[in-house]
Amino acid sequence: MASATHSIPRSAGSVPEPVLSIRDLTVEFDTEDGVVRAVTGVGYDLHPGEVLGVVGESGCGKSVSMLSVLGLIPMPPGRIVSGEAVFRGEDLLKLPESRLRRIRGGPMAMIFQDPLTSLNPVLTIGDQISEAIDVHHPGSSDAATRKRAVELLRLVGVPSAEQRYTQYPHELSGGMRQRAMIAMAIANDPTVLVADEPTTALDVTIQAQIIEVLKAAQRETHAAIVLITHDLGLIAELADRVVVMYAGRVVEIGDVFSIFDSPRHPYTAGLLRSLARLDADVDRLEPIAGQPPSLIAPPPGCAFHPRCALSQSRAACRTDVPELRALGSEGGHRSACHFAEELTAAAQPVRGSS
Amino acid sequence: MTGVPSANGGELLRVEGLVKHFPIKAGVFKHTVGYVRAVDGVDLTIRERETLGVVGESGCGKTTLGRTILKLLEPTAGGIVFEGRDLASLSRRQMRPVRRDLQMVFQDPYASLNPRMTVREIVAEPLRIHRLYRSGGGRRRVEELLQLVGLSPEHANRFPHEFSGGQRQRIGVARALALEPRLIVLDEPVSALDVSIQAQVVNLLDQLQDELGLTYLFIAHDLSVVRHVSDRVAVMYLGKVVEVGTREQIYEAPMHPYTQALLSAAPIESPRWRGRRARIVLEGDVPSPADPPSGCRFRTRCWKAQEICAQEEPLLIPRAGGEHPVACHFAEISRPLALAEQATPAGAGDNVPPATSV
Repeated sequence: MASATHSIPRSAGSVPEPVLSIRDLTVEFDTEDGVVRAVTGVGYDLHPGEVLGVVGESGCGKSVSMLSVLGLIPMPPGRIVSGEAVFRGEDLLKLPESRLRRIRGGPMAMIFQDPLTSLNPVLTIGDQISEAIDVHHPGSSDAATRKRAVELLRLVGVPSAEQRYTQYPHELSGGMRQRAMIAMAIANDPTVLVADEPTTALDVTIQAQIIEVLKAAQRETHAAIVLITHDLGLIAELADRVVVMYAGRVVEIGDVFSIFDSPRHPYTAGLLRSLARLDADVDRLEPIAGQPPSLIAPPPGCAFHPRCALSQSRAACRTDVPELRALGSEGGHRSACHFAEELTAAAQPVRGSS
Repeated sequence: MTGVPSANGGELLRVEGLVKHFPIKAGVFKHTVGYVRAVDGVDLTIRERETLGVVGESGCGKTTLGRTILKLLEPTAGGIVFEGRDLASLSRRQMRPVRRDLQMVFQDPYASLNPRMTVREIVAEPLRIHRLYRSGGGRRRVEELLQLVGLSPEHANRFPHEFSGGQRQRIGVARALALEPRLIVLDEPVSALDVSIQAQVVNLLDQLQDELGLTYLFIAHDLSVVRHVSDRVAVMYLGKVVEVGTREQIYEAPMHPYTQALLSAAPIESPRWRGRRARIVLEGDVPSPADPPSGCRFRTRCWKAQEICAQEEPLLIPRAGGEHPVACHFAEISRPLALAEQATPAGAGDNVPPATSV
């Protein structure tokens, strides 16, 4: 019945207004080789309290789309060609830098991949968290700020928080630094938390710790999380809904179970079939043929068609850019494939589940 | 790579008590103030035509192990027995003929290819060094090698920067194959590549192994990829092998707490596992390899640790009725990759891992 998620009538009662609504975002970069169309016509909604996974391979535009919304891409060479990003009734793309600065680190906070380059090396961990609190609560006393900072460090599982408060980033391990960055991000009770590859630089056992910290942070702040990653395992574990990007466009959106169990875009389906599995022996991996396209001169029509097993060079794929459209019966599941209906449920082996 | 291990040939290479320490220098006069014990007493056997996977987290010594086996690093102690000869005692000159049999593929296909050389020069270099270029077929041989790894002969005159990551890794594989080696050490060969490209390279390695009868030592941190490629798997922690067994033994019935923690912590690529998996979240970080804990090195993060673990280093031997060697005083089988009937409650009892449901 319901078509696209954002168009579900509000009378349904259960779907609140999105906290962040991105529409038709297009971002270009000028380079020596030409204009790179990093993001083209991207749109999605973020609902309160959800974890929205944004997944894709390097260069697909998953980070750039969110960084542009936060005003964090260098301009020039970057350029926002079109689009809007509505947060609390305001279009972030039209706000002056001074206003954006009050939003970043406040109601919208960020966690980046590499905490060593994202933390200031000459300030102690404590000073940096305190600074984050001060910027958004200019009136609070030093003692109160410090108390809150230590509390935050404890919340994210930093042992001997009082002591860590006075240490510098290089004195902490990778996992501890990532915890400190999460503490800083949640310092001002954000409503939106953007986590860009938050566990990619970390070892498996530390990853598991940080996943638990992210869950705790969400319980504490009730923030909606945008989880940007190439790691389908992390998405499978944490995301409620998933946005799949390819060559600068959104190719599929759906709830996490639909995406993994019955992907309706050949790229998503191909990606899942190409994975080695931790929980099962796969006889032979089925790679996606070819290479990701150049974003300077992308293929005409559907950017995925030269690698697509479903397309078989049909004319529509070669000439028409497929629109992201709702798929009949499945609520909220949308795909940008002319022939999405031809994809049968992907054979993703799930051992032991009924 | 999917063959039954016992059907593989006999031993090709054996490592005995292999040690590689790096001195830590300090002060104006660069006195040695200690050692990083990167590899600290490793015993392993690699059988002909098998793939032995080596997994572990950063700093566990898996890369150093691979490089020391090939004598790219001089071992501090121990033996490397290849076809009955101990390589550890050979001089550089004596090693030369042996190097034809032992090759390496590196992780970073951007850093491991000389940007000023054409693909032809890169692939031909090992042949020239071993004075086999002419006798080995020269240009034709290079083109043959490129075709073998799925590149076309026209690629020979191009430079590395003209290729994508996956294609560069194919060039690295072609170079490793030039001398028709018996054993290839693959150090994180796909981890720098995008997911859709990883499968292409994994399948290529698989096919080459079948066609050329190669033996692989496959070093990686990605537990899913290692499961797919390996016949047997060795798990390393702080310079030691803590458990080694067939793929089935390691993934379906691991006995070392560290292996169990690793498998339970790694994300699984299916949301169906949510809330149906007991996850062991280890506390703390890996201790420094310059000052490893006494006894069992894992004891500082282990929920099973008792007094004996600090006093006595556990030997890597079959234990508790199991068939594969495991270095733990309290080894017992668990099945971290079996779906839990119910989510395990957190922190229940003494000898229960600190599991949280996912």
